[in-house]
Amino acid sequence: MGEAVSGPGAAVVPARARRLHPVPIRIMHWVNAAVMLVMITSGWGIYDDDVIIHGLHFGGFWRLGDWAAPSLQWHFAGMWILGINGLVYLTYGFATGRLRERLLPIRIRDVVQTVRDTLRFKIAHEDLTVYNAVQKILYIVAIVAGISQVITGIAIWKPVQFAPLVSLLGGFQTARVLHFAGMAVIVGFLIVHTALALLVPKTIWAMLAGGPFLKPAAKRGALK
Amino acid sequence: MIRSPHRPEDAPDASVLDTHRPLIRSLERRGLIRGGLSLGALVMLTGCDVKRPEAVEQALLAMSRFNDRVQALLFNPNQLAPTYPDSKILRPPKFNAYYDVTQVKPVDGNSWRLEVSGLVSNRRPWTLTDLQTLPQRSMVIKHICVEGWSYIGGWSGVPLKTFLEHVGADTRAKYVAFKTADNYPSSIDMATALHPQTLLALDYGGQTLADPFGFPLRLRMATKLGYKNPKWVTAIEVTNTYPGGYWESRGFSWFAGI
Repeated sequence: MGEAVSGPGAAVVPARARRLHPVPIRIMHWVNAAVMLVMITSGWGIYDDDVIIHGLHFGGFWRLGDWAAPSLQWHFAGMWILGINGLVYLTYGFATGRLRERLLPIRIRDVVQTVRDTLRFKIAHEDLTVYNAVQKILYIVAIVAGISQVITGIAIWKPVQFAPLVSLLGGFQTARVLHFAGMAVIVGFLIVHTALALLVPKTIWAMLAGGPFLKPAAKRGALK
Repeated sequence: MIRSPHRPEDAPDASVLDTHRPLIRSLERRGLIRGGLSLGALVMLTGCDVKRPEAVEQALLAMSRFNDRVQALLFNPNQLAPTYPDSKILRPPKFNAYYDVTQVKPVDGNSWRLEVSGLVSNRRPWTLTDLQTLPQRSMVIKHICVEGWSYIGGWSGVPLKTFLEHVGADTRAKYVAFKTADNYPSSIDMATALHPQTLLALDYGGQTLADPFGFPLRLRMATKLGYKNPKWVTAIEVTNTYPGGYWESRGFSWFAGI
């Protein structure tokens, strides 16, 4: 994707300028955002019939589906979109090197620096093409939580057909609690992610229009 | 035509379905495509209390039927559900129905008969004693409810496969349907009916089934969700016509495999 062509003639063909968020990323981001909301709110509808945390119920406003049957229908329709979109995203991210380029490396001193800046309310995000260390960690956590939701989801959907997976996860009820915990992690990420995006609205515009062009050096991860 | 006690007197001939099958299929496919589009659009409205329009309803039902087919593909007839030691059996088991336990109407075991119909060679009704003389099997398995709760139960009875062999059932048929004393119709796929952990259960934890749990006979499968296991079974039919079920007609998945 727009990478400088190596080999003969590479010098004369200038690298096509790349945007921070190429079109496939933007599409997959918003598809994921929508389907995640479907999965979370329909999941709450399913959860309500047999709560894990005593006293925690999700009211009708928060639930997708008036009762268990429609909530289950939404959940099992949404799972295909979530799973396929996620699989394409990961394949694309690894194949193009985007995941490594955007999310690595994470250095301890960068984490300390970001935390220190945040505590001093220095949360400016002047250069959108550079993710700070905490941001990178949060994105990795969200991706891992998403993958984990698919695995624990399959386990509690088909605990007999995938019995070895269920016993690996510590049994059916443990897998169910893990599926719930994964949801909590994703909702936590969603709150932080949305709040920060609203604080720096140009990040939202970037995810719609593509954002700034990347300097050629940026793709080596050398931009610091 | 074989008379079925499960269906109304003036049911249309099943051949109607065959002559119109291509049309039905194309309708289903179109519904799925249209549904997929509306699903995408509606996804943006979550969190709001949206009354589901007809198109969304149809799309979700089409997805549910598609998922039933996927579930049937995922079902491995040789995969046995994990079993547990007798000491783990919950006594008594959990009661669950579409009504409260106080509403249970006990069935008289002496006058009770199990009717058999559909694609079978022997439609003689069965008494409880008849069933007790058939080979029995026990299993200690997990009961998993669609709601999320689960418990370990110990069941004994006649493997449904054994029973189907005794009545000369056509095991190439698609469905086995059940009628119950509490008006809770249910049906399963033939592959699951023939699974070794699918029992016509007569006992729980080494004792005769108690009234609230389906005396004298209930279905118990290790490979399906709880609601697929009808209690107080009074009739069994082997058929190629989709029979549906109590919760299935209210939106729950028909296959409901685990």
